[in-house]
Amino acid sequence: MSVATRIAAVCGQEIRIARRNRWVALAFGLLTLFALALTFLGAGQSAVVKADILTIAAASLATLSVYLIPLIALILSYDSLSGEMERGTLPLALATPIRRWELFLGKFLAQTAVVTAAIVAGYAIAGAVAAGLRGADAAGLVAWARLIGTSAGLGAVFVALGMAVSACCSRTGTAAAIAIGLWLVFVVLYDLALLGAVIADNGGVFTKVVFPWLVLANPADAFRIYNLVSLESAPVAGIDGLAHTLPVPPATALAVVGAWLAAALLAGIALTRRLKP
Amino acid sequence: MSDQDGLVLTAEDLGIRFGSHRALEGVSLSVVPGERVALLGHNGAGKSTFFKTILGFLDPDQGRVRIAGHRPGSDAARRMVSYLPETVSFHRALTGLEVMRYFARLRGEPVGVAMPLLERVGIGHAARRQVGTYSKGMRQRLGLAQAMIGTPRLMLLDEPTSGLDPVARRDFYRIVDEVAARGTAVLLSSHGLEEVEDRTDRVAILSQGRLVADGTLGALAAEAALKVSIRVTAEADAADRLHERIGGARLNGSAVVLNCPVGQKFALMRQLAAEDLVRDLDVVMPGLDDIYRHFSDLATKEAKP
Repeated sequence: MSVATRIAAVCGQEIRIARRNRWVALAFGLLTLFALALTFLGAGQSAVVKADILTIAAASLATLSVYLIPLIALILSYDSLSGEMERGTLPLALATPIRRWELFLGKFLAQTAVVTAAIVAGYAIAGAVAAGLRGADAAGLVAWARLIGTSAGLGAVFVALGMAVSACCSRTGTAAAIAIGLWLVFVVLYDLALLGAVIADNGGVFTKVVFPWLVLANPADAFRIYNLVSLESAPVAGIDGLAHTLPVPPATALAVVGAWLAAALLAGIALTRRLKP
Repeated sequence: MSDQDGLVLTAEDLGIRFGSHRALEGVSLSVVPGERVALLGHNGAGKSTFFKTILGFLDPDQGRVRIAGHRPGSDAARRMVSYLPETVSFHRALTGLEVMRYFARLRGEPVGVAMPLLERVGIGHAARRQVGTYSKGMRQRLGLAQAMIGTPRLMLLDEPTSGLDPVARRDFYRIVDEVAARGTAVLLSSHGLEEVEDRTDRVAILSQGRLVADGTLGALAAEAALKVSIRVTAEADAADRLHERIGGARLNGSAVVLNCPVGQKFALMRQLAAEDLVRDLDVVMPGLDDIYRHFSDLATKEAKP
């Protein structure tokens, strides 16, 4: 089928470019390194908290993933369309029978595959090393698998967001600036603002009613809360305290991540349709 | 207009606006199979806009375009039209062969066409090298090879030879001639007539969004009816007296310039040769650039009230 052929062609070409640019190696190296470091930091703690090493490490990795994975995903995706626009290859591609949504989807699948491969490989290596040294129980393995799966989901959301940004900028410089802005807002500023509001509210209606929903509304926070809720023995602090007082089933957090993914994909495709090559 | 007319491209009274700016206005042009048509115009004359309309990237505000009877941007039209944009730089990390296979897949053609096409444009030896190592001429050949995938009915080349050296330019046009000889119509844009002389069957000139000329080079030269310019150098200190006698315009301290229709050139030269105040004569025939300028300026003058 020609639709599948074209999507596969775009996907294959993008993966080739990511490999040549050493993005695959860089993302994999970065994630493996941080995962190993945190796992062994956790190994020191696990004696105190009396929990499986993988469970402890999953909690710290969930917190780290929130910073690292959106960053990697955005760096990979911000120039996927704006770069082609700047190089002049986008009009070439769009002059062929390919549909714009096919182009968008092919690129999205490729970049998500790159991020996912780096996450799976990096975290699996760190997990295997930890389990080999300290042993692991079933709960720890489940926590680890949950971490890898949800991390891939988080990566997909930010790849889609980065591509949507890329589709509305004809210059890669602008796209890069907006992508960094997105990362700051979702990962840093949003939480700071919420914390500030909670402190100012001093245990009022905002803290009890509005705050949990606002935390869940952010895909990065939803990812972290979901992972921490599932780790009862994990030490949590700050906004993550919500993990123990969540007013809804944890699966809601997963649904939030899924909703963000769908919204970002639809927005990205709509923006790609509006591109004037 | 349909396929039966044998026309590959028809534009009828085409108009495109960007806000209040009229990028194209009342442009009508048709191209038959195997024809090489040069589209000339200054920067901003509307050449690229015209191409983008043929590709279906822009919707006309007025008039219409058909590719062998099909609407621009439709599947049938996309399969028939290929395109080489003005500035295209394929991803540096990919090899020429990878670029070609990619576009073959997007066009629904077998990837086996990639290598023979690269050989046809003369870069088969570099097929497995990364595009980042290619010279400008090689990159442009790769662009042309890409546009040859699937034997298109109409090839759009947007200033394909700008920045190429004369040898690379000649080679480029030789390939274009081969493509046209196999029945593909080629519409290429350029800044100047000199570049496309002998390379095209027809010349169309766009100026400020209007088509101001459309015909063979010979027909355009005749229509422009440009004048021969004769530069007459006077004997020492005789320029003023010569100017009084023969008229024309003083060029500097020692020369006068006369303009006359091509047909009267020889009679005028005979008369000047008999003048004892004349020391030398230079005859400047109207060149291609003069023809181009004539039509371009015509539109500019008309546009002003």
